[in-house]
Amino acid sequence: MHSKEDILLKVSEQLKQSAEADVEITAETNIAEQFALDSVKVLDLLMEIEDDFDVSVPLNLMADVQTVNDLVEVIYKLESEK
Amino acid sequence: MSLFDKFSTFLEESEPLLSIKPDIFGTKIEKLYSSTEASIDGRRVLLAGTNNYLGLTFAPECIAAAHKAIDDEGTGTTGSRMANGNYDGHRALERELAEFYDCATGIVFSTGYQANLGTISGLVGSGDVLLIDAHCHASIYDGCKLSGAEVIRFRHNDVADLDKRLNRLGDRAQSTLIVVEGIYSMLGDTAPLGEITKCKQKYGSYLLIDEAHSLGVLGDTGQGLVEVAGVGNAVDFITGTFSKSLGSIGGYCVSNHQQLDVIRYLSRPYIFTASPSPSNIASARAALVLLKNGNALREQLWEHANKLYSHLLGLDLDLGPEPGPVIAAQLDTTEEALRIWSSLIEKGIYVNLIFPPASPKNKPLIRISVSAAHTEEQINFICNTFSEIM
Repeated sequence: MHSKEDILLKVSEQLKQSAEADVEITAETNIAEQFALDSVKVLDLLMEIEDDFDVSVPLNLMADVQTVNDLVEVIYKLESEK
Repeated sequence: MSLFDKFSTFLEESEPLLSIKPDIFGTKIEKLYSSTEASIDGRRVLLAGTNNYLGLTFAPECIAAAHKAIDDEGTGTTGSRMANGNYDGHRALERELAEFYDCATGIVFSTGYQANLGTISGLVGSGDVLLIDAHCHASIYDGCKLSGAEVIRFRHNDVADLDKRLNRLGDRAQSTLIVVEGIYSMLGDTAPLGEITKCKQKYGSYLLIDEAHSLGVLGDTGQGLVEVAGVGNAVDFITGTFSKSLGSIGGYCVSNHQQLDVIRYLSRPYIFTASPSPSNIASARAALVLLKNGNALREQLWEHANKLYSHLLGLDLDLGPEPGPVIAAQLDTTEEALRIWSSLIEKGIYVNLIFPPASPKNKPLIRISVSAAHTEEQINFICNTFSEIM
């Protein structure tokens, strides 16, 4: 079980790797807008993040994910339910 | 903020593509000469982007059956299958499709899109899980959304990833429907169905395969990938469309689970729409007979597909992983994709042009579909034209 801080760190690393430019990532960063990612790219990136935490994030939950922190909360919740 | 503000943004961003003539996203077919030739923008062109895999849209048997149905039953049913739109022909086609797949039951829908929408949302509901290949068609994604179930994607054609995700579900794997396609519409590759079937059996899950692009194309009798993989009985639900190899419009689901029939009372895309017209049903029934006995057509189709695939591979185009009637070349830039599409149209060949997010890997696609009705000269013409413009 990871802490929210750990999850934020790992999610930020994955996002940095997929970003074309060197951008600063915070908990409030808007994933789709900041990285100019379309919905499919976000979902493909999500698969990498899912492997890091051994969880599957349902698409239904992604509808409410806007910021990095939203995603951290979803992963934290799924991990704690395991 | 107006309702139409989002349209302004869309139109602004899409302007470079929308201003191209002829219209990429709404190419007007002015006149059809045959299943493989038409007039576009005043020019006679070879059609190589139609999904008309067996070339049956002009088959005399299908045309005669459609004419007779119009004469006998009129132009439309004007009602739902649940009300006044349930004709003898609809029921007969359902029986014929079930027999074709050696299944207990079958349901006909008004389109292939609705077959996936109606089957998935009818079978799966809140509390259940849908586990879908990432490259699945929009009709599958939309059916998932309508179902209200938990929806999880697995990596395209990656059985290890599917296994991992089923394992994570624990007991919930037993109320999970896995969804894959026979031939994937974007890159034309097939699913590793044997391994997927073993995986679903290991976890006690259910499996649905969409044979939209593989019906009539794969297997000795044209059933699709289930026939080639020899796993028909292990697949729980098979969906497909009449609008590709059968040259009509409509869709179906067949199954050995008799409970499939219950979705006639639950599936909104089945209930709340008019049933397929009598002529569509009649031509699909006639085409199904031709498809079953269509080995010569399939041989012709595969000969064309193999020849074109190897020729394009020789031109260093980034093609899908295997030859088939859907041959897609991934391009690095929108400009290159547009250049190829426009050059082909100028030289008299129509193909499909697809942009992300509809195409995978964030790359534009030039997609060619081959037909059994193409002549050897027409396939040579496509090969030579690609050689000229690449």
